[in-house]
Amino acid sequence: MAKVLVVAEHDGAKLNAGTAKCVRCALGLEGAEITVAVFAADGAAVAAEAAGLTGVARVLRVDRPENAHALAAVLAPQVAQLAAPFSHVFGPSTTFGKDLMPRVAALLDAPQLSDVMAVESASRFRRPTYAGNAIVTVEVEAGLKIVATVRTASFEATPAGGAAAVESVAVNVPLPAHTRFAGVSAAKSDRPDLQSATRVVSGGRALGSAENFKLIYGLADRLGAAVGASRAAVDAGFAASDLQVGQTGKIIAPELYVAIGISGAIQHLTGIKDARTIVAINKDAEAPIFEVADVGLVGDLFAIVPELEKLLTA
Amino acid sequence: MKRILVCVKRVIDFNVRVRVKPDGSGVVTDGVKLSLNPFDEIALEEALRIKERGEAQEVVAVTIGPADCQQQLRTALAMGADRAIHVVHDGGVEPLTAARAFLQIIGREQPFLVLLGKQAIDDDNNQTGQMLAALWQRPQATFASKLELAGTTACVTREVDAGLETLEVDLPAVVTADLRLNEPRYVKLPDIMKAKKKPLDSVSLADLGVVPGARVRTVRTEPPAQRQRGIMVKDCGELVAELRKRGVL
Ligand SMILES: Cc1cc2nc3c(=O)[nH]c(=O)nc-3n(C[C@H](O)[C@H](O)[C@H](O)COP(=O)(O)OP(=O)(O)OC[C@H]3O[C@@H](n4cnc5c(N)ncnc54)[C@H](O)[C@@H]3O)c2cc1C
Ligand SMILES: Nc1ncnc2c1ncn2[C@@H]1O[C@H](COP(=O)(O)O)[C@@H](O)[C@H]1O
Repeated sequence: MAKVLVVAEHDGAKLNAGTAKCVRCALGLEGAEITVAVFAADGAAVAAEAAGLTGVARVLRVDRPENAHALAAVLAPQVAQLAAPFSHVFGPSTTFGKDLMPRVAALLDAPQLSDVMAVESASRFRRPTYAGNAIVTVEVEAGLKIVATVRTASFEATPAGGAAAVESVAVNVPLPAHTRFAGVSAAKSDRPDLQSATRVVSGGRALGSAENFKLIYGLADRLGAAVGASRAAVDAGFAASDLQVGQTGKIIAPELYVAIGISGAIQHLTGIKDARTIVAINKDAEAPIFEVADVGLVGDLFAIVPELEKLLTA
Repeated sequence: MKRILVCVKRVIDFNVRVRVKPDGSGVVTDGVKLSLNPFDEIALEEALRIKERGEAQEVVAVTIGPADCQQQLRTALAMGADRAIHVVHDGGVEPLTAARAFLQIIGREQPFLVLLGKQAIDDDNNQTGQMLAALWQRPQATFASKLELAGTTACVTREVDAGLETLEVDLPAVVTADLRLNEPRYVKLPDIMKAKKKPLDSVSLADLGVVPGARVRTVRTEPPAQRQRGIMVKDCGELVAELRKRGVL
């Protein structure tokens, strides 16, 4: 029987949607017994939310002042300590999980599987390689603890409706002081979050300037959508780096993805493969984005986007 | 000597359209262009800039791979690394094995900073730097888009999902490079000539006392599910109508 420890991602107040997706992935293991661990300075609210996820058997709450910020070097020894009785340790494949889980794996001398997209058995999983161009099925040697990050775009969130017990536990391991949080600058916005939004409108290099990129914001607002960007648009300074979609940005699976002035480089497509409907607007009829788009429109974005906005307002 | 160690891996060039072999045993590598992992080039570029600012004296590039990946180490030397170390090993190594080998190199070289790419674009593991930092019991700053040294500490800006996070870490530390850390320089012909004379040492994993793990076996390699090419509409009106019809608006 699989005993799975899921490391919760949160911002101190709310659970990140990735956690519920990890739980859903873990439920794919036969007879899985799922425990969620919440590391925080004060994890009461987050632990309560985790306890409500369907399929969760138990929540372990580890409150320590050092856990106020998610520092991998500080969290890893605590996760490793808690992991002893578990067969699997899962975290989301977000920057939080990607940073933390390999450090945990090394402390446990366990192999890690990154970006798990499907569960075949307790020791056999599928994951993407080569920017999603080759999907490998991997088998971990029997009897080993398995650390994994879960590709959040591949799993639905497990719904609320459970009622697991929350247990406060003390993890007495020495924590390093060599790594200190100095700050985070997040562009605060009222728009939906890129990773969990059901609709996303993205702009590429074709926008030409940060000023013009406002066109994308306008259309997104009309659609109640989150805003994304290609790497070229981010590199050129039209959009913030946390909006980048793709192999090295965010991997997303919205209901609707609208790519505007984006050519469709393989590294970008990797990030949107699981979108339900892809719409592409590009002036080049040969652009590779049209090979994956469900609905394509060839034309000049500077004419199309304002017109679309008008149609959607009407 | 203030030394920076940079881990560079040879991978299939990022411009190559990778194809899965029909028998599912892996991807086609015959006749395919191989290059330094793009993130590792960025890591190396950062090390070179630190040295050029006078904040380090030597940049050492290290790779683990088969005999013929010396070519990519020569590229690293041509970019400006002072020395290279080739850990000769046929076939791939698991991230934890790579981290163990790098830990041994660290023991020999005593760097104050170790730079890696955030991920190798072949296996897309994104693990080695973090594992190395754990084994070394030192700080890690992954996904770096800015790195400033200040005496015994470093200030690193990281590209995280929420935005840009800044960490202060004590040195020595492990830093992994993200795309926007810098833009790597182009190698010039005279540099390629000069690189031929730079020292390149070879060791084996066994010399380092590292036993390669083979705990994760690849059972099968498949191409991804293809999306079907959809339809084209001719104007905004049709587009909106089509999306309404599909129930996404
Ligand atoms: C290791 C690595 C990782 C990478 N990771 C990512 C990643 O995570 N995400 C990512 O996006 N990229 C990534 N890239 C970069 C990727 O290869 C492409 O360079 C990038 O996606 C191109 O962005 P773009 O489509 O906006 O620009 P371009 O390729 O320049 O395309 C612009 C498009 O706009 C169209 N256009 C121009 N003017 C107009 C107009 N007026 N109206 C309509 N259409 C117009 C053009 O026809 C063209 O198709 C990565 C690259 C590497 C090497
Ligand atoms: N065989 C290798 N040789 C040299 N560097 C490596 C090797 N494997 C991994 N690395 C380094 O570790 C980083 C992350 O790799 P990975 O964890 O495999 O995604 C790479 O960008 C390299 O800097």
